[in-house]
Amino acid sequence: MAEIVLRQVQKSYSKDVRVIHGVNVTIADGEFIVIVGPSGCGKSTLLRMIAGLETVTAGEIAVGGRVVNHVEPKDRNIAMVFQNYALYPHMTVYENMSYGLRIRRVPPAQIRERVQRAARILELGPFLQRRPRELSGGQRQRVAMGRAIVREPAAFLFDEPLSNLDAKLRVQMRLEIQKLHRSLKTTSIFVTHDQVEAMTLADRMIVMNAGVVEQVGRPIEVYDKPASVFVAGFIGSPAMNFLPGRRTGNEVDLGGVRVPMPAALAQAAGDAVMVGIRPEHLQAEGAGPRFAFSVETVEALGADSLVHGRVGEGLISARVDGHATPQVGAALSFRAIPERLHFFDAATGKRLAA
Amino acid sequence: MVENRPFATFVAHAILILGVAIVAFPLYVTFVASTLTYDQIVTVPMPLIPGDQLIDNYAKVLGSGSEKGSHAAVLPMLVNSFVMAMGVALGKIAISIISAFAIVYFRFPLRNFFFWMIFVTLMLPIEVRIIPTFKVASDLHLLNSYAGLILPLIASATATFLFRQFYLTVPDELAEAARMDGAGPLRFFWDVLLPLSKTNIAALFVILFILGWNQYLWPLLITSDESMYTVVIGIKRMFAGGDATSEWNLIMATAMLALLPPALVVVLMQKWFVKGLVETEK
Repeated sequence: MAEIVLRQVQKSYSKDVRVIHGVNVTIADGEFIVIVGPSGCGKSTLLRMIAGLETVTAGEIAVGGRVVNHVEPKDRNIAMVFQNYALYPHMTVYENMSYGLRIRRVPPAQIRERVQRAARILELGPFLQRRPRELSGGQRQRVAMGRAIVREPAAFLFDEPLSNLDAKLRVQMRLEIQKLHRSLKTTSIFVTHDQVEAMTLADRMIVMNAGVVEQVGRPIEVYDKPASVFVAGFIGSPAMNFLPGRRTGNEVDLGGVRVPMPAALAQAAGDAVMVGIRPEHLQAEGAGPRFAFSVETVEALGADSLVHGRVGEGLISARVDGHATPQVGAALSFRAIPERLHFFDAATGKRLAA
Repeated sequence: MVENRPFATFVAHAILILGVAIVAFPLYVTFVASTLTYDQIVTVPMPLIPGDQLIDNYAKVLGSGSEKGSHAAVLPMLVNSFVMAMGVALGKIAISIISAFAIVYFRFPLRNFFFWMIFVTLMLPIEVRIIPTFKVASDLHLLNSYAGLILPLIASATATFLFRQFYLTVPDELAEAARMDGAGPLRFFWDVLLPLSKTNIAALFVILFILGWNQYLWPLLITSDESMYTVVIGIKRMFAGGDATSEWNLIMATAMLALLPPALVVVLMQKWFVKGLVETEK
């Protein structure tokens, strides 16, 4: 159990190739942190730096108050779960889980006890004498987690552990990881590109893009107040609508639709503003700004449907009841919930704040 | 194919049987010749039915060698050949598995240069460098010794290359997981890499054992003492010089004996051999 602190952590492979541009985060003891971002944003690299598999170019990483920049991975008291499980193919499940302990010369009786306990938690008891290739993907994943658990480390690192599983198993393992964290309360850092995993698992999440931390916050904060156009578009499914507009006074003209802007924000804004509204915040009734468009495409998802159309220069989509799905070409009109409108600076992409 | 066409089956089998017959016939003749007396063998045509000298001939070559050519007994030669083949095979595997490990898993200056240097030696067969090698071996007083037979043949670019290619297919995460588990490089090599290379080692052992057993030119140069002859050299030395006739029955018996150990290795290790060449699961 430990707190993990990143101070101005940077990574570059050469003078020109910089992949992490200074990350500052403090991860509290027992917290479940999800690092989320598109592929190539540096999230895995950051995790591997914490693990000690990559060197830190500049800055400091501290685990439990001890700076570990130059500490070997094995001495950092951290366990990692890899995306492709990385189980030793020639060892049984029991041997896989106990390998780290055997190297550390933990007494055999204690090894047996710890492996048995981990196997019980993960329901791996019947498989201890099998080899990895005789297991299903989900079971292999559990063995990989078991290998981390038996070490009783200060922190777990998960590198996209669910992305090799099929959709149904992924949901199930997500719940199990949640349960596991509730019972073990070990500091965990979980890297994923899937925003649903991020939203459901995280105590707090770190949204990264191109080596920069865009936002750190609780999932609902990130959803309600995305710090940038990038975060707003990345978190939330279906993705947020963005409509470019021009501000005059306290109003933004979106090419036909006029949207009122809180006075405090308007003062801070330039002329070009990007307005964001999530599809689920466009409703049939209400008093907010009215968006009217004709349906260009429809995606029926069952419980509800997404309708896509055009407002001014921008594309817009809205969520409607799956049983009242309109035809292509139908004219629809929606009211935006005014408090749910997001205003961004069109040039920097940053959220406008008073 | 699940077709049932008797004629096609017949033709296919006929071709296969013919092929086997063509390949096996010389072997059969060798065997027959090794069971005949000297007088039977020099008649024309040579009989193609095995004679009754099987035990006599083999006992003679194993114990005392031929009378007209070299007089060295074949049994010690078989031992020499075995020691040499084992030494070459195991030595090559040991050296190349370690050098491949270094090349794949460590970052050191001129790493690629060294790899290419090793790789380039693939293009230099032993015949090309045999004179300098002989000079070195003789200066080191390795003539007529097992060390002299084995050491110069141990370096193997081919085996190094094969192990390198195998290591490259082992996922990096395995090495990283071992690092997180606290295994140092040697521990990782011993606990993970070596068990995973088992089938490759077996396949390579078969190939290298046969290669070592069949060495001709190098043992011919480095051994002059009868007690150090390998069996392949022994066969050659049995040819009588000048006008004297060679005892072909004894030479053929020796050839049969020389043939057995490699054949045994292949037969006994066949399962591993095939596994090592085709297995892809890591």
